[in-house]
Amino acid sequence: MATATAAPDERLASTSAITRILTRPEMGAAVAAVAVMIFFSLMSDRFMTGAGAGVWLESASTFGIMAVAVSLLMIGGEFDLSAGVMTGFTALVVGILTTNYGLNVWAAVLVALVLALAIGAINGYLVMRTGLPSFIITLGTFFILQGIDLAVTKLIIGQVTIQGLTNIPFYDSIQPVFGSSVSILGGTFYVSVLWWVVVTAIATWVLLRTKAGNWIFAVGGAQQSARQVGVPVLKTKIGLFMTTAFAGWLVGMISLFRTSTVQANTGVGQEFIYIICAVVGGCLLTGGYGSAIGAALGALIYGMTFQGITFAQWDTNWLRTFLGAMLLGAVLLNNWVRTRAETSR
Amino acid sequence: MTDTTPETAAVERGTTLIEVDAIGKRYGSIIALSDVTTSVKAGEVTCVLGDNGAGKSTFIKILAGAHAHTDGVLRVDGDERSFSSPREALDAGIATVYQDLAVVPLMPVWRNFFLGSEPRKGLGMDVAFMKHTTKTELAAMGIDLRDVDQPIGTLSGGERQCVAIARAVYFGARVLILDEPTAALGVKQSGVVLKYIAKARERGLGVVFITHNPHHAYPVGDRFMLLRRGRSMGDFPKSEISLDDLTAMMAGGAELESLAHELERTMGASSDVAAELKADVRESGVTSSQESGATRG
Repeated sequence: MATATAAPDERLASTSAITRILTRPEMGAAVAAVAVMIFFSLMSDRFMTGAGAGVWLESASTFGIMAVAVSLLMIGGEFDLSAGVMTGFTALVVGILTTNYGLNVWAAVLVALVLALAIGAINGYLVMRTGLPSFIITLGTFFILQGIDLAVTKLIIGQVTIQGLTNIPFYDSIQPVFGSSVSILGGTFYVSVLWWVVVTAIATWVLLRTKAGNWIFAVGGAQQSARQVGVPVLKTKIGLFMTTAFAGWLVGMISLFRTSTVQANTGVGQEFIYIICAVVGGCLLTGGYGSAIGAALGALIYGMTFQGITFAQWDTNWLRTFLGAMLLGAVLLNNWVRTRAETSR
Repeated sequence: MTDTTPETAAVERGTTLIEVDAIGKRYGSIIALSDVTTSVKAGEVTCVLGDNGAGKSTFIKILAGAHAHTDGVLRVDGDERSFSSPREALDAGIATVYQDLAVVPLMPVWRNFFLGSEPRKGLGMDVAFMKHTTKTELAAMGIDLRDVDQPIGTLSGGERQCVAIARAVYFGARVLILDEPTAALGVKQSGVVLKYIAKARERGLGVVFITHNPHHAYPVGDRFMLLRRGRSMGDFPKSEISLDDLTAMMAGGAELESLAHELERTMGASSDVAAELKADVRESGVTSSQESGATRG
């Protein structure tokens, strides 16, 4: 909204436009994304082809959807360690209800959504009512869900993988929503990339242009102050946990209908990758600052690196080392940005 | 002012907004405040002075609606009231700016200004209106911000205080209660805040300025109410009290004199500080007779 700014103040030096862009939370991630893209383009001929781009975009998209939701939650000052396992949980619910109990697939997808939102609401309610760190509360939910995923799946279907999903009625009516793809320039581009873009756009709009966005920044930045001026803190935080759970459901559906199968341990361990993507995208671990676009860029970096290392035919274990190094770099950069933002000029 | 301040009703200067008559507060058997009488008028600053534990916060809490009073009468616009929640006080046009200011340091000034009461436009907020209003409202208070997009944490303490004041004024306050706004500030910043208090008075607001510093209170105050150990030591219009009287009453004449005595002993009789303090005590005429003899020797 360029019209928002009034006549320029003479005390604003012309360099401040550049300074302002440089101090945007997502700036570090944008620079890093370009660097990573150039690097792997040089390392592998396949990387910048249509086929290559389809692969790393698909990889980035599911992480991106989650990272964007997690970034909203982190700006609101909370963590959700159950976000990863939620993707597996929702997919398993749909898989078991349809293949084992013969429930209509659309109904099953809806049931999974309601369950996910309920778990998100419980996470948020417990965090706010107990006053305990969300790290501990959601660590609990994480382990509870992980156990349920494995034990209940084995109990009901006697194995840990859902099979035969493609044979259920109406499968063809729902599959395109979450798992379809188009061929462009010799590459396969999944609909999940579109979901990723939509989720990022909505999240950015909410953060920057709505009341709710104002409240998210406020509850993460100074909860007591927010409460004093009438921000509904409880509602905002529970809404954020439910948003993360919703993203978990969406990603669960995307991976279920793209591969038409799901393992009982799907999603375990990925919660930290979402947090890394959000932090690389400029989110502060302490809340109150960050960007949804930044988190999406963080996921793009992850996707490009993940697939780029494979394309370059290196040992894929280097991915972890790279992630860790990038996380440290991002945290140092964010810390510097925050110190600048908080201290008097 | 050319811009619109939506809820502020124009009140004639000098109209009594709040009257406090022999008000008191008891918590069970503990008497936190008793027999306090003063008034707040539109376009005037009522200073409430007192040392720590004098009952200033109890007094604020009664006006702000955090606690209802147990004795005496509180009148707002002539009607007898007893606030049971801060919301009620706010609805009556009484806004309190606490020491922590209720701002979010990392958020831009304009977001802070409207936080909790964001104007809508379609599904979102009216960002252009918010930025523009923040800028003009702050300008009306005499704060010329370079950029309303800067995080409020980058403003100085005095400026932040003023944003909080401007926000309360914009959202319909007719009476502004300022809880020790200068307590955490340096000399220069305190001066800045005093300037804005004067500005708020000019705009026709009734201001209740809580402080323990008579040197901050005297230049901007129109009326002074002194609290000591939960009791009122008097309520004076500016014409009836001098800064020296105020200072002396604040510290308590006898206590001030014994301090002068103490200083003389530890720093020597020639100490400028002690001599000055003694002169002050004598001038203000609150010297107690038994000590004036002792200090001669």
